[in-house]
Amino acid sequence: MAQFLQVLLSGLSTGSIYALAAIGFTLVWQAAQTVNFAQGEFVMLPAFFVLIGVHWLGMPLWLALIFGLILSMIVLGLLFKVLIVEPMLPNGGLPLIIATMALSILLKEGTKQFYGAEAQPYPGLFPQATMTLGGAVISVQDVMNLLVSLAIVVGLTLFLNRTRTGRCMQATAQSPAVAEILGVNTRRMVLYAFLINAALAALASFLISPIYLAKFSNGENLGLIAFIAAIIGGFNQIRGAIAGGLLIGVLDNLTATYITAEYRAAIPLILLIAVILWKPEGLLGTSEGRNV
Amino acid sequence: MARFRYPALVLLGLAALILAPRGEGNYIIFIFTSWLTYSIAAMGLNLTLGYSGQISLAQASFMGIGAYITALLTLAGLPWIVGMLAAVAATFVVGLALGFPALRVKGHFLAFVTLAFNTLFFLVARNEDWLTGGNYGLSGMPRPNLIFASTMKNLPFYYFTLGVFVVAAALMWWIVHSPWGRAFKGLRENPVRAESLGVDTTRLTLLAFAIGSAYGGLAGALVSPLVQYIDPGSFALGISLKILLMVVVGGAGYFYGPMLGAAIVILLPEVLRFTEGYYLMIYATAVIVLMVFSPRGLMGLGERLWHRLTRPARQVRADMAGGAQL
Repeated sequence: MAQFLQVLLSGLSTGSIYALAAIGFTLVWQAAQTVNFAQGEFVMLPAFFVLIGVHWLGMPLWLALIFGLILSMIVLGLLFKVLIVEPMLPNGGLPLIIATMALSILLKEGTKQFYGAEAQPYPGLFPQATMTLGGAVISVQDVMNLLVSLAIVVGLTLFLNRTRTGRCMQATAQSPAVAEILGVNTRRMVLYAFLINAALAALASFLISPIYLAKFSNGENLGLIAFIAAIIGGFNQIRGAIAGGLLIGVLDNLTATYITAEYRAAIPLILLIAVILWKPEGLLGTSEGRNV
Repeated sequence: MARFRYPALVLLGLAALILAPRGEGNYIIFIFTSWLTYSIAAMGLNLTLGYSGQISLAQASFMGIGAYITALLTLAGLPWIVGMLAAVAATFVVGLALGFPALRVKGHFLAFVTLAFNTLFFLVARNEDWLTGGNYGLSGMPRPNLIFASTMKNLPFYYFTLGVFVVAAALMWWIVHSPWGRAFKGLRENPVRAESLGVDTTRLTLLAFAIGSAYGGLAGALVSPLVQYIDPGSFALGISLKILLMVVVGGAGYFYGPMLGAAIVILLPEVLRFTEGYYLMIYATAVIVLMVFSPRGLMGLGERLWHRLTRPARQVRADMAGGAQL
């Protein structure tokens, strides 16, 4: 029982970080109908921005984190939209997908060339301590990761539902034409979605890198999981992405502990295929009502 | 004269392919042979992507299935042709089984399902040591023994591969130009219209995907005796991306697009060897730029330049005009 609690908690903790990346994925999908195959690299890269801040520019950690966040929003949000997504929108969906795949190679190889192929130690945000709760040994880092990601998700939901800008963003996502008629600056709303995606990816990066270390190839797995979490939860729902992320985090840990370590990576994939078979709109998603 | 121009060009191309490896070293011949092999796989993906408009990210796993089946059967002493037929049949069936659920749902679910499938295939190939040799893979596959010649040397094996390639390409040519192939195109250009004209779009897309997968299996059947060593890493998701990029860079939906794309993806690392580690970065940047300026790949770019020189362009790809839809 104690072991089960430990496994569950650490699953929820990594799952909540996956959820952050998956939400970003969903936002960009809603705003610009863009499937970003470089999402994993978007989570890999900000950790290196922080390392550059700390090691090359001599910043204290807190300043480096802010530096990393802002740089991510500029590079992975603004520049991604202006340089890659916008010029390609008139060409249709397929070239853009291919371009994001190429972008993922570019970011990965670029990081490898300029920062090295070895995993870099990454400063943790929380103490590496553990505490005992009802016989279960719980890592403080796991608890804090879970709390911080949940706080980010709650904040984001409040922003989207309670503020004028957030509602405008939702309107833009649902029907750009109608939103435009009602006086919403849709271009700006789409830009916000890209900026928020970059920020979420950066935050996920800051939380997960102390666990996985900062490595150029981290994105391969993270991107796939964010992707799967978004789909099984429901591609067009934020709460779907959260549920999907948590579910994968927990299942992954449970399988690795109790069933098979060799095939732990297969679980999300099988889940993905099962969801597409039986409930293609996702566990919490609503059908988009598009037939063709 | 115009009637004979096209067949003459094809014959010229064939002659070039026959003469190209004469007097070259083993390494160059190996590169040429793997270009032919990847061209077959890319041709299959082109049917799925370029003609019926669905993204598949599992072409490498189909190559893998074909390669492992051929390897296991030829290592067991059966002739290559049996292994090849088994590989093609198996990949066709797997393609059907994989495509059926994914294509029931509209949208690009095939991309996601195939992505998951390729990763699953990699895991199975790595973990099931008793069958696949695990990380160490399988090695020492014999090369096919033809009645009139052995293909143990590299040059005869090149000609053998060329023969298979020509047959596969001719078959593809026939598929694309049959009423079927026209239906594929109709599907890509305007699915609603195709459906309203009585085309069973789901069945056709599924068929295109299964045939494309079988081409992957055929390419795998050639990889096995070519490299004589296979391991899970040779068929990972990254290789599927590579094959996808071949099709797109060459020009999806053009008959010769995948061959051009495969040539570039295979030969470019040799040409750009002096850039060392920067090769992939240069390549990725080039792909992004190409997608911005010519989403129809190099064939599309060439066609546009050609039309600018000769006559005004006609619109070939109506699906590219609709804006982002995925």
